[in-house]
Amino acid sequence: MKNKLISTILFYTLVIGIALLVLFPFLWMLSSSFKTQVDIISWPPKFIFSPTLQNYQKVFEEQDFLQYFLNSTIIGTVAVGLSLILGLPAAYSISRFAQKKLAVFILLARLMPGISFLMPWYIIFSRMNLMDSYTALILSHMLIALPIVVWIMTTYFGTIPREMEESAMVDGATRQYAFLAIILPLSGPGIITATTLSFIFSWNNFMFSQVLSMEKTKTLPIAVYNFVSYAEVDWGGVMAAAVAIMTPAIILTMIFQKYVVKGLTMGAVKG
Amino acid sequence: MIQSSFTERNLRILFPLPAIIFVALLMIFPILYTLFLSFTNWNLTSGTDFSFVGFDSYVRVLTEPRFLHALGRTFLFTFFAVLIEGFLGVAIALILNRAFVGKGTAKLLLLLPLVATPVAVGIVFNLFFDPTIGLANFMLKSVGLPQGLWVSSASSVIPALIIVDVWQWTPMITLIVLAGLAGLSEEPVEAARVDGASEWQILRYVTIPMVMPVILTATILRLIDALKTFDIIFAMTGGGPGYASETLNIMGFKYSFEYFRIGQSSVILVILFFVVFGCSLGIMKLRASSEI
Repeated sequence: MKNKLISTILFYTLVIGIALLVLFPFLWMLSSSFKTQVDIISWPPKFIFSPTLQNYQKVFEEQDFLQYFLNSTIIGTVAVGLSLILGLPAAYSISRFAQKKLAVFILLARLMPGISFLMPWYIIFSRMNLMDSYTALILSHMLIALPIVVWIMTTYFGTIPREMEESAMVDGATRQYAFLAIILPLSGPGIITATTLSFIFSWNNFMFSQVLSMEKTKTLPIAVYNFVSYAEVDWGGVMAAAVAIMTPAIILTMIFQKYVVKGLTMGAVKG
Repeated sequence: MIQSSFTERNLRILFPLPAIIFVALLMIFPILYTLFLSFTNWNLTSGTDFSFVGFDSYVRVLTEPRFLHALGRTFLFTFFAVLIEGFLGVAIALILNRAFVGKGTAKLLLLLPLVATPVAVGIVFNLFFDPTIGLANFMLKSVGLPQGLWVSSASSVIPALIIVDVWQWTPMITLIVLAGLAGLSEEPVEAARVDGASEWQILRYVTIPMVMPVILTATILRLIDALKTFDIIFAMTGGGPGYASETLNIMGFKYSFEYFRIGQSSVILVILFFVVFGCSLGIMKLRASSEI
């Protein structure tokens, strides 16, 4: 069984190698965020150093980070909530009445380059005095969330047997009542998948917010980006900001791991 | 028979209607507006006046070397990024496709790059690539290789950006292919084993052909997104040095929001739209014909 042992060792070496490749930017970001500027710009790079919290202090005190954090949360939450309200009935209808063309129509928003709507939005929102407004930001982020909701929920509703609502309808319930009272309560896992994934995509969005938001509605990705242009050399602060922005998405992913994997791989793999 | 209500009879229209109106207003109308603007010479810096110039803006953009370079660069970046991601992604999926201690952790790790904020990823890699203090050159130096300028040099900026894209999106292919592999029936593999096929032959002639539709779909989905890559390029280089990493998306963004040449930027956006639309049509045809 010597061969078996060798192949097991080889296998785990490969797996650990892959894991390190995936992890190293995160580890480097995390360790740099606890370094002083002197430690960061020293050559050769320091692997052992005395950690400091000053970068985090700077990010949370000098920058209006909590406000940006709040903005990202508000915009993501409202955009995802409204997308569920629009997307759930649409996905139900697509799934039950096999409306393939309609599905393609809504999914186009996921496939097309965002900038081809962003430029006209910029002109239209400017004229309507909606620049730097939560309305504009939420509307734009809904175009990120809605296709994800429809994509995931159409597939999910397809796995719920039609008999579920049909038996209620035989007993005299309307279809819309059956949808609300029977189908939706059965859709928890699908809704969790759609909510988590669309929130993360809204949270990470850069281009829409970069153009449509200014000081009032600025979201975290813009704050992190500006941090670099303001303070080109303050690497510690930038790394602390990067850790701060990634942490919520990573925590969400850890909690809902199964659902996130499902959501990301759905569509390519049937079922 | 009970007369069903208006709502119930028209459910198939009423249920999706709000979503349809939303997408029409926020996507279809703006795209048509962009198309309309592409036939004008509007420049926002000189006010709100513009006139129709027919295909003038198209001619100007299409004869501009900067545009042709950006177009070629978009395809170059996409081709190599997706090619590498496809091979690596499938290879890693095949390695991980067995029961082993720590598989759950491995799959969680693979998710992390996918949910990491791309702008922040770009900035972290900028520190990594920094020619004087970055880890990349330190690693090259410690194994005795010549050091690079990475994103600071026109000749290495695209490969450096491809490395970042590969780091972030290879796991996407891996996870999709892993899900596809998990859904395969065991029988053909067992049958091949009974017939005395080697592990390599099973992989080559049984497993990979069976999972091929999933690999193709994953790759094409990735290809559509790679054509639109914006965040990491914008955050890491802004299209530079010079225009050396400017893709169509970046160039369209600059023409729109830095130079405010709306007429010409609309032309770039229309062309980018058709490039992506063409690829998307391709994927749908493929999905329809292979019945995945």
